[in-house]
Amino acid sequence: MIPRLHPKVTQAAAKTLLWALTGLTLLILIFIIVNISIKGLPQMTLGFLFQDPQDMGRHGGIFSTIIATVYVTLLAIVLASPLGVGTAIYLTEYTREGWATRIIRFGAECLAGVPSIILGLFGFVLFVMKLGFGWSILSGGLTLAIMVLPIIIRTAEEAIKAVPQEYREVCFSLGMSQWQTITRIVLPSALPGITTGIMLSVGRSLGETAVLLFTAGSALRMPTTLFDSGRTMAVHFYILAREGISMPNAYGTAAILMISILLINLAAYTLMQRLIKRYS
Amino acid sequence: MDQGKFVERVLFLLALSSISSLVVITVFIFLEGLPLIFQTGFKDFILSSHWAPTKGHFGIGAMIVSSLLVTIGAMVLGVPLGLACAIVLAEFSSARLRSFLKPTLELLAGIPSVVYGFLGVIWLVPLIRNYLGGPGLSLLAAAVILGIMILPTIVSISIDALTAVPDIYRDGSIALGATEWQTVRRVVLPAASSGIITAIILGMGRAVGETMAVIMVAGNAIKLPTSILDPVRTLTSNIALELGYAAGRHREALFATGIVLFVIIMILNLSATLITRRR
Repeated sequence: MIPRLHPKVTQAAAKTLLWALTGLTLLILIFIIVNISIKGLPQMTLGFLFQDPQDMGRHGGIFSTIIATVYVTLLAIVLASPLGVGTAIYLTEYTREGWATRIIRFGAECLAGVPSIILGLFGFVLFVMKLGFGWSILSGGLTLAIMVLPIIIRTAEEAIKAVPQEYREVCFSLGMSQWQTITRIVLPSALPGITTGIMLSVGRSLGETAVLLFTAGSALRMPTTLFDSGRTMAVHFYILAREGISMPNAYGTAAILMISILLINLAAYTLMQRLIKRYS
Repeated sequence: MDQGKFVERVLFLLALSSISSLVVITVFIFLEGLPLIFQTGFKDFILSSHWAPTKGHFGIGAMIVSSLLVTIGAMVLGVPLGLACAIVLAEFSSARLRSFLKPTLELLAGIPSVVYGFLGVIWLVPLIRNYLGGPGLSLLAAAVILGIMILPTIVSISIDALTAVPDIYRDGSIALGATEWQTVRRVVLPAASSGIITAIILGMGRAVGETMAVIMVAGNAIKLPTSILDPVRTLTSNIALELGYAAGRHREALFATGIVLFVIIMILNLSATLITRRR
């Protein structure tokens, strides 16, 4: 027979174990960030940031990959923001809960769950092959836009919902139309929240590899038009690491990538907290 | 048509963007991949492990098994760690500590998957090779890396489920003389169970769908693994490794692999949605 332990003893044991596991998780996180920073930050010189890669990335910097990353990300945001914010306005301001909202929400939810390799396959067959855009900034940006759309919809919807109902009532009582109310009052008040969604989307785009490898390609040249192939930082890092081209440059690229994503996500989080505080 | 009506129509069209993207993605993946599945025969395609696309053999059985094993391994590591973090943060830590630790753990989600894969290659793979044997690039390595990668999903959704349990439940249990731990185990966890199951299913979805990190650490050999130290190739890796140069029927076979992956993920996501709805 197993002796029954005193509940206080069991509690102490359980708590110790749970705290230990939590500590372990935090240690893993710290290890990842510290390891990449220690090995990568010394590489992060101005020359590394502002020189183009040479000899497949063995020498030189990562300037052209930064530019390619900025292009695809910008394109994705420019395309996805109006769609996402429009969806959020429709869901919150123009319709009651019903079959239409259910289908729209279902679509966004499922889209958020589609793994990036499937999006990569899709972008490859539609944009690269069928529409003939080739491996290009355009194909990459279009596919990324689909990837970040659910993020923008979700955050924009939350932000618009957080705007107090009285704001709208005051507008209506002053004789403003619904559209005026939305553009003059609701959207400006929700802007910090919408910005949060856009920042999270930028963070997601910076780190994305599977989608871009098959839609934007991996050409190391500086992209000059929408139809040029461009190798983003994440793809560059993947190729450097996987083919063992240059460990120092791989670490340097990883550090820049990771630190910029963490800073962007941190800023997005802080902005959201301020918004929550303001309206609660 | 007055302005209000017009604006509403335009917004409605914009709002259809997500669902129509989903439909177009599904249609394209299926159109490209289904013919090959029919030619090969559905049973042969998913049960055979003979994959030699240039010779006309398309069997993804070994990859389906590998994907499932890697995912199960990731859950074995990720679920206890993630749940422990969620319980500690939601039940045992002060509000101040929670407001610091929760976003910190969520930062894990922002680290790109290639970085996880890279650290796996640098640190984990040599550890496995030196202490456990085998090539190091293995099912085990992929499972460990994925287990870490799904932590933010599990922690964040479980915390929300736990904090949604009303305090009256806890107060009632404590008032009856139960300890905090008894309260958590017998009252709070059962009450939050549907949210926690959702968290686990969504974590599984992430693990099945993850590509880049798995390619880097799993070894990518196409055979049924006999031990956790064997190299494996998952469904996602198969697509990513070969899409760059595949053509003709070979490319169709990769889309067919995508269909199987897509269906698995959709089943997981739908069941998560249904469980959340029921609550």
